[in-house]
Amino acid sequence: MRRWHQLSEVAIEALIRLCGFSATIFVLGIFVFVCREAWPLWHNDAFHLSEFLFSIQWYPTSAVSKHYGVLAMIAGTFSVTLLAMTMAVPLGLGAAIYLGEFCPSRPREILKVLVEMLAAIPSVVWGFAGLTITSRLIVRYTSADVGVNLLNGALLLALMSLPIIVSLAEDALRAVPDEYREAALALGATRWQLTWRVLLPAARHGLVAAVLLGFGRAIGETMAVLMATGHAIHLPTSVFDPVRTLTANIAAELGEAPARTTHYQVLFLTGVLLFLVTFAVNLTAGLIIRRERRP
Amino acid sequence: MSRFAATPQTRTKLRQESAAAGLFLAMLLCLLLPLFAMIADLLWQAAPALNWQFLISSPTHGMRQGGVWPALVGTLYLVTLSLAVAAPMGVLAAVYLTEYARDTWYNRAINMAVLNLAGVPSIVHALFGLGAFVYAAQFGFSILSASLTLAIMTMPVIIASSRQALLSVPHSFREACWNLGASRWQTIRAIVLPNAVGGILTGIILQVSRAAGETAPIMFTGAVFYKAIAPGTLLPYSLDEQCMALSMHLYTLSTQTPGVDPSIPNATAVVLLALVFLVNAAAIVLRTLIRARGRR
Repeated sequence: MRRWHQLSEVAIEALIRLCGFSATIFVLGIFVFVCREAWPLWHNDAFHLSEFLFSIQWYPTSAVSKHYGVLAMIAGTFSVTLLAMTMAVPLGLGAAIYLGEFCPSRPREILKVLVEMLAAIPSVVWGFAGLTITSRLIVRYTSADVGVNLLNGALLLALMSLPIIVSLAEDALRAVPDEYREAALALGATRWQLTWRVLLPAARHGLVAAVLLGFGRAIGETMAVLMATGHAIHLPTSVFDPVRTLTANIAAELGEAPARTTHYQVLFLTGVLLFLVTFAVNLTAGLIIRRERRP
Repeated sequence: MSRFAATPQTRTKLRQESAAAGLFLAMLLCLLLPLFAMIADLLWQAAPALNWQFLISSPTHGMRQGGVWPALVGTLYLVTLSLAVAAPMGVLAAVYLTEYARDTWYNRAINMAVLNLAGVPSIVHALFGLGAFVYAAQFGFSILSASLTLAIMTMPVIIASSRQALLSVPHSFREACWNLGASRWQTIRAIVLPNAVGGILTGIILQVSRAAGETAPIMFTGAVFYKAIAPGTLLPYSLDEQCMALSMHLYTLSTQTPGVDPSIPNATAVVLLALVFLVNAAAIVLRTLIRARGRR
């Protein structure tokens, strides 16, 4: 009987350990499997890595000369994401400061629930709102001819990454010890001075991590940009240009690319590129958060 | 306070302070007003199509009329199945991280992996699901492949909230149990998990809401534009079939279906949003109850 107990205990602990390692296994697995599908490109003479990264010519289905350059999509991804971040970062930090430092505690709970609701909205619903609501507004109030463009995508991405930035930035502000606040207030600082001179510098690592995680989410966002940024493959010259991002490119073409063709493999290689970029962003954010925890 | 704020300097400072509060409040409102505007617009546009019949009938006339029943059932399938995989694994992973893991390099790597798994773009999850489940494991384009992809994608949600819940169980509870001669697993089963069950449930509910809304990971692994199911049957799909899903249905209606009346995609969006919000509301109520119990 006792032996049976010991055996089952050993078994369950092994299972727990296995599950504990599962996240690592999955991250590695994702990398390995996506690379595996893209691997044959290495031996393919019609494909050049330099063309992939530095050419804006994307003609994967052309009959005469196929080109696989994703530079236009890279530019699309970064222009949409950066424009989104210029809107989301000040708003997100401001909202977090209001929630953390200025808001009375009872409304705060309600406002935080609303921010959570914002975070829960599926990306396909954002994309739909982009198609039907914001694109109409853009056409009505600006000189743009089409509403599905860079600005539209950036607006949606800003709204989508705001909840992450707000909640993580608020956590970072709350992690600043109350002694700092008391000391500043005792010296006669206003709450504006307290925020600007004491809290923001003290919480800067956490705030940077919050912004980075929001940035990572915006780069990887697929459905909203697929539906709401238009699909022109070129280098954008103004915020009213339609663009295509790396994620939207995969989502739009994977269904039409037959398995094991070069086109299909190039789409997987784009996936590898996206994985590496978001991995670097998230890893940086993670390292910053960890350094914060161990002063 | 203002009675004592006589000097001009102090008045300036107080004005600054209220200006700052107003500025930050305006920033918060910039974020919340679009939420209400969007929901109001969706409801307004969806009103002509929204009724009970819309929920329980199949799309007809090339999806230009009819309802969302097959998509709703498909979403329930995908969510249930992904939950069945992700919940046990996620909870046990959280148990490992809080109860077993010491501060070694590989456990720090696991923490980084959880953070990174949550940040992998959804379309990369889709590529992984296609490469690993559809082709390598030969599950084909099926509910099974799509659910497994969703499970891996949403597992970090469960790990994060379960870990919070487990960490909030006081250490003295565990020590008391160990002192009675209980082993590590007995302590976890009898003391730690029952005390953390509310927080764990909250995480699982949030996973449900996330999985219900995802589109990209299921688009290439098991969801289809249209699939007829027999009305009235409770379990119309089998695991090796493809299925419709609400999120995918909304995408199809709004981008691939010309000439559809705008009330239909709007109503689909409302159904999807209502599902997600209901599930989230359940999580919030549960969390409030737990906090109230904690205070008593």
